[in-house]
Amino acid sequence: MSGRKLLTVGGSPQIHEEGSTISIMWTVSACLLPAAVWGVGIFGPGAAAVLLTALATALAAEAAFSLAAGAGLTLWDGSAFLTGLLVGMNMPPAAPLYIPAAASLFAVGVVKWTFGGLGRNWMNPALAGRVFVFFSWPRQMTLFSFPSILRGADRVSGATPLGFLKTGLLEAATTAGTPMEYLSQNGFPRSLTDSAVTDWLNSRILERIGISLPQGYVDIFLGFIPGSIGEVSALLLLAGTVALLARRVIDPEIPASYFGAFALLVWVFGGLPFGGEYFTGDILFHLFTGGLMLGVFYMATDTVTSPLTRRGRILYGAGAGCLTFLFRVYGSYPEGVSFAIIMMNIFVPLINQFTGPVRYGAGKETAP
Amino acid sequence: MSVRQSFSRVGILPRDLKDLTRGQALWNASVPVVSVVPLLQHREGDPAACLVAPGDVVREGMIIGRAAGPEGAHVHSPVPGTVRELREVFLPDGRRSPAVVIELGGEFDRLGKSVRKYPWENHSQKDLLGIIADKGVVGMESAVPTHLKYTIPKNRRVDLFILNCSECEPYLTANHRLMLEKAPQIVEGARIVAKILDPRRILIAVDKSRKDALDALGQAAKAAEFGAEIAMVGSWFPQGDEKQMIRTLTGLEVPSGGEALDVGAVVSNVGTVFAVYEAVALLKPVIEKALTVAGGAIRNPGNLKVRIGTPLTDLVEECGGFVEMPEKIVIGGPMTGSAIFDLSTPVTKNTTGVLFLTSREIRNSRRTNCLRCGRCVEACPMGLDPTNLFKLIDHGAYGEAFGQGLKDCRECGCCAYVCPARIPLVQGLRVGKAVSLERGGAA
Repeated sequence: MSGRKLLTVGGSPQIHEEGSTISIMWTVSACLLPAAVWGVGIFGPGAAAVLLTALATALAAEAAFSLAAGAGLTLWDGSAFLTGLLVGMNMPPAAPLYIPAAASLFAVGVVKWTFGGLGRNWMNPALAGRVFVFFSWPRQMTLFSFPSILRGADRVSGATPLGFLKTGLLEAATTAGTPMEYLSQNGFPRSLTDSAVTDWLNSRILERIGISLPQGYVDIFLGFIPGSIGEVSALLLLAGTVALLARRVIDPEIPASYFGAFALLVWVFGGLPFGGEYFTGDILFHLFTGGLMLGVFYMATDTVTSPLTRRGRILYGAGAGCLTFLFRVYGSYPEGVSFAIIMMNIFVPLINQFTGPVRYGAGKETAP
Repeated sequence: MSVRQSFSRVGILPRDLKDLTRGQALWNASVPVVSVVPLLQHREGDPAACLVAPGDVVREGMIIGRAAGPEGAHVHSPVPGTVRELREVFLPDGRRSPAVVIELGGEFDRLGKSVRKYPWENHSQKDLLGIIADKGVVGMESAVPTHLKYTIPKNRRVDLFILNCSECEPYLTANHRLMLEKAPQIVEGARIVAKILDPRRILIAVDKSRKDALDALGQAAKAAEFGAEIAMVGSWFPQGDEKQMIRTLTGLEVPSGGEALDVGAVVSNVGTVFAVYEAVALLKPVIEKALTVAGGAIRNPGNLKVRIGTPLTDLVEECGGFVEMPEKIVIGGPMTGSAIFDLSTPVTKNTTGVLFLTSREIRNSRRTNCLRCGRCVEACPMGLDPTNLFKLIDHGAYGEAFGQGLKDCRECGCCAYVCPARIPLVQGLRVGKAVSLERGGAA
């Protein structure tokens, strides 16, 4: 008998759709990598150390906790790698290494495995890890190094664009009409690439349709700004997202309703803090800053902690978009994506309750 | 010819792989030297009572098993020959059945002979039902005896007869070929059914990817002055499930726990209606079956007319052998069919296809915990929440699962097909149904 190939038997269906847990986890990780590599590239080897520490701790914690829970070694499913990568990408580039280690340990050990491992947690592990260390070491978590090309003799680290803005607006009334103007007036650093690309865009394309792009947006889109390692390059995160959507690894509902609700609120109310009118908010600025791309496409879409049905996911995304706006524009912290998503995680069971599928033929019991 | 179109979503759109065999005309498979004819070829109840003994000489089409009990169907000898032995065999669905093993020999009564059409038009509904029962006709997918399905209780009336030409399972195209090659006969079969059921309306529902078949049936219906409406439906799976077909075409939903007749509908598969034609117009019992042989492991996939009782080994030979060893051998379609372990398993009346699948086609993966992605919920055509039902059953909460619609599950397999965690949802729900029915519906 040995060595002879046998037939596989088993219940129906006999064939499956292509995707699997393993392919989902590794595909999402692969799509994140370019943005992570960008972070290492512009922030330097310190960022690599932070990323690797987060990854290694997540993998070690997964191995230890899965074995302790009697589930066998589960590293092959890729979920711990993805969590570790996300934790690392959510860290400031110069964080002391115990911070990513603590974040990964909390994410995998506490948030994921105390509930039974993959699929059982109700909160996104990577976000929970980030928020845990954010409140534990607030100073270190808000100290961001500048990308090496922006560094000067007097400039090594500082605030992110949103942080800069938040502090500035709290301290004094401003005459600037938009976030970008405020940053310009107050000496927020800008790369040479930005002016070069902006000028090129304006003279070659935008001028013809009567638009002029102010300076600064190219930096926040490409990722020449201080911020968490993996959040700064909106461009690369978007490229990864296109791949995920095309391969149908993530569904479009959550990003669509998240961006929709957030952009609408920013447009309507976002101008007010600058003394502007209604309907003058700067959508572009808010979309490309504060880790929104990373949060919406790679963490809000986590299937484990989002609703089951399409209707539920639309509601969930819209809720997270509204909360992000509230936290970011009216809260005392500059960003708000993490908190918004975690808040919505709490509502998932409730959303599922009210957005379940409609049963065929239900409520029409036959007479005996 | 006006064609109604109803493409509303049902279940999923699987990779259908029908191009492997769509263009292959039906051909007659070689008659098997040894046939293994199971006596249990209907859905429920006892096997047919055996009428022959080893050593007996049988003729082609002779009755060899008489229906035992009201739920049964007769079984006929598919070939002339000598009964060699009676043996117990495994059926594709896992049940065991006594079977008559017949060695080929002697003269064919039908094969190669011209047959005269039987003038069925002058017969009463009761006579026609009698002929259908005599000829052992069962649903060519469901295996429900057709004369039982067409026996309408006195207090009921049929509003709508649906000739179901969807054939929504991936790979399968035998019915498609049947429609192209036997459209007038199928229409005549539908006329026989219409005479029995006397419905107010008749609808012929064809998959939108089969405009050729739709045209063929439309022309045949016109030529026969058969007053049927033609409808085009989407290529969803399980569009061919009768509950889905009824909703798609009429908007009505069969009540939970009820049957099609509760909304005045009778749905029959095109293969079954063709069998009705052969039984009534040609007085031919069910002794052969059009089916698809396909899958990546077989050399010459195609559509065959195969004698009932033909062992699968003969089909492998007929189709040129394997190009590689199959990972799975499936009887029926890949969504609801059974994986078998024995190549001597015979073709039965409800065998719609035989698939020799490679591991690349199966796309298995390691099972993980549920990711709560909700794909099963989106896929379920009955509007159930499979992942939640599975969890309830896993925790022994059968009563609660029943309350959330467990009994409505049709085991179509959409949920497990799309599940990235490869959770055996269909088996779980099947077990849950069995246990909760055992406990009287609510535990």
